[in-house]
Amino acid sequence: MATLLQHLVNGVSLGSIYALIALGYTLVYGILRLINFAHGDLFMLAAYAAIGTCAALGLGDATAASVPVSSWGAFAVVLLASMAAAALAGALVERLAYRPLRGQPRLNLLITAVGVSLLLENGTQALLGANPRRFPELVVDAPAFSLGGASVSTLDCTVLATALALMAGLDFWVHRTRQGRAMRAVSHSHETAALLGIPVDRVIAVTFAVGSALAAAAAVLYGARYPKVDPLMGVMPGLKAFVAAVLGGIGSLRGAVLGAMILGLAETLMAAYGASTWRDALAFGLLIVILLFKPAGLLGTYQREKV
Amino acid sequence: MRGPAQSNSSALGALAACSALAWCINAALPPYFSSLFLLIGINALLAVSLNLVNGVAGQFSLGHAGFMALGAYTAAWLSTGPLAALFTGPGISQLGLACTAAAAALVAGLAGWLVGLPSLRLRGDYLAIVTLGFGEIIRVGLLNSDFLGGARGFIGVPPAGGAAWVFGLLALACLACYRVMESSTGRALLSVREDEIAAEALGVDTTRAKVGAFVASAAGAGVAGALFAHLESFIHPSSFNFMKSVEIVVMVVLGGMGSMSGALLAAVLLTALPEALRPLKELTGVDLRMVLYSLSLVLLMLYRPRGLMGRSEAWQLRPFRRRGGGG
Repeated sequence: MATLLQHLVNGVSLGSIYALIALGYTLVYGILRLINFAHGDLFMLAAYAAIGTCAALGLGDATAASVPVSSWGAFAVVLLASMAAAALAGALVERLAYRPLRGQPRLNLLITAVGVSLLLENGTQALLGANPRRFPELVVDAPAFSLGGASVSTLDCTVLATALALMAGLDFWVHRTRQGRAMRAVSHSHETAALLGIPVDRVIAVTFAVGSALAAAAAVLYGARYPKVDPLMGVMPGLKAFVAAVLGGIGSLRGAVLGAMILGLAETLMAAYGASTWRDALAFGLLIVILLFKPAGLLGTYQREKV
Repeated sequence: MRGPAQSNSSALGALAACSALAWCINAALPPYFSSLFLLIGINALLAVSLNLVNGVAGQFSLGHAGFMALGAYTAAWLSTGPLAALFTGPGISQLGLACTAAAAALVAGLAGWLVGLPSLRLRGDYLAIVTLGFGEIIRVGLLNSDFLGGARGFIGVPPAGGAAWVFGLLALACLACYRVMESSTGRALLSVREDEIAAEALGVDTTRAKVGAFVASAAGAGVAGALFAHLESFIHPSSFNFMKSVEIVVMVVLGGMGSMSGALLAAVLLTALPEALRPLKELTGVDLRMVLYSLSLVLLMLYRPRGLMGRSEAWQLRPFRRRGGGG
């Protein structure tokens, strides 16, 4: 029982990281109807940005044997710096690669997204090398309290608290602010939104920036859990978060979080009870089943295609 | 329009050119170049078969490497496993190779049918992600299949085939593709690409057309996989990962989606280019090959989304035809 509970704690912790990435996918899909294949690679860039910030500030000492810096201030600084860097990178990708293709067939956009993703991966590899780097230890991973025999670490608490705070912030931004309303309008119809005086291009750029910033937060939390940073680290979390977004109903914010939680728990349980080598296939199997039986996802609304 | 007699004679011409090429590769080239040429042939077969789905039918598949893997492992298992006696003498007989290649086509085609039937009801990006998922599942499945070598890879596939096989089968695939594209089936596929709803309204069985294209394309990839296995003698699941699928997609896109000769041209370019760029790698110390690949994919989409050939074929270009290039 205690082990099961422990797996559940780990699953929720992993799920909330997936959720932050999945929210970025869902935001971008909602507004452009584009699977942003490069999203996972922005996640990877953010991890490098976090390492860079730590090195620049002399925190966590990325190079020498690390002395964990457990001050919350340091964690917050690294988180914010990494989010800012990723937001910039996301907006830049949108400006350079996706905006020139506005109004062209979606297939072209999709191929471009695959290309941007590969470019970021291989560009990083060429510039920074393929050797993995160690993510600085920003959060001490010590048991915080015990929950019915399962130990909940400070790291799990940090992950959960950060993720919840960001989700709450996103929910507020999307549903309560002018920017959020503009974004929802654009996602309904670019043309109508433009007619109503909404600067469509700027709204889309902001959406990319916000989505990428969420991925960056996920990267810092992921790095704290699995401290191995390499140019291909974003591929699998990216694809899985996408699966989570589809599972919950792509375009729906709450669906993304729900799907990510389900996926995080399913993966942890699968790895725990036997088939750990099949872990990576699980997400795709789940995706295929969902698309066959409920293509709109758990919380999505199905739109019939009209002539 | 070209009459059947004309296309038959051009087919004979192509066959003659292929056997001449095969002779040259076998007899007159150093091993490095002859294996490069064989790789070009295999990649061309992959590109031409994927073009049927991604180009002609307008569906976006990202899992072609998975079907290639199935073909490769089928051929490898048949020619070494419990049934090996049927196919091998002291190496592998020509008939044996024909059988393993056919079996590879069958298995991959069957998998294509299984994957295609449900997933081709999905559109665009969903289809892309589902085919990607199937490709990954096949790869993870192979990694976990101990009787196929699992993560150690499959060692000791009997070497067989060679230029005559590779280019002969490539010519056959091209001819088949050409004949299909000129037939009512081909026009049904084109109509699905242009507007699925309109095609359906005109009585085209869109699901059947798409699944048919998918099966044929998967079978082509299976044959390419079988040839690859017999050429390399060693296969590993990681040879058939997502990057391989992307490589084939890049070939189709670069060539011009829907253009068979474009796919051929791009397969030649993209297989030979990395080899030509080897000195650059030694000069700079980093592998810029994939950077150039991905950069060219993005730039291509931004500045020439129709690829090298657009939708026209080589024989429709201006020097060969007074009426000017189509589409």
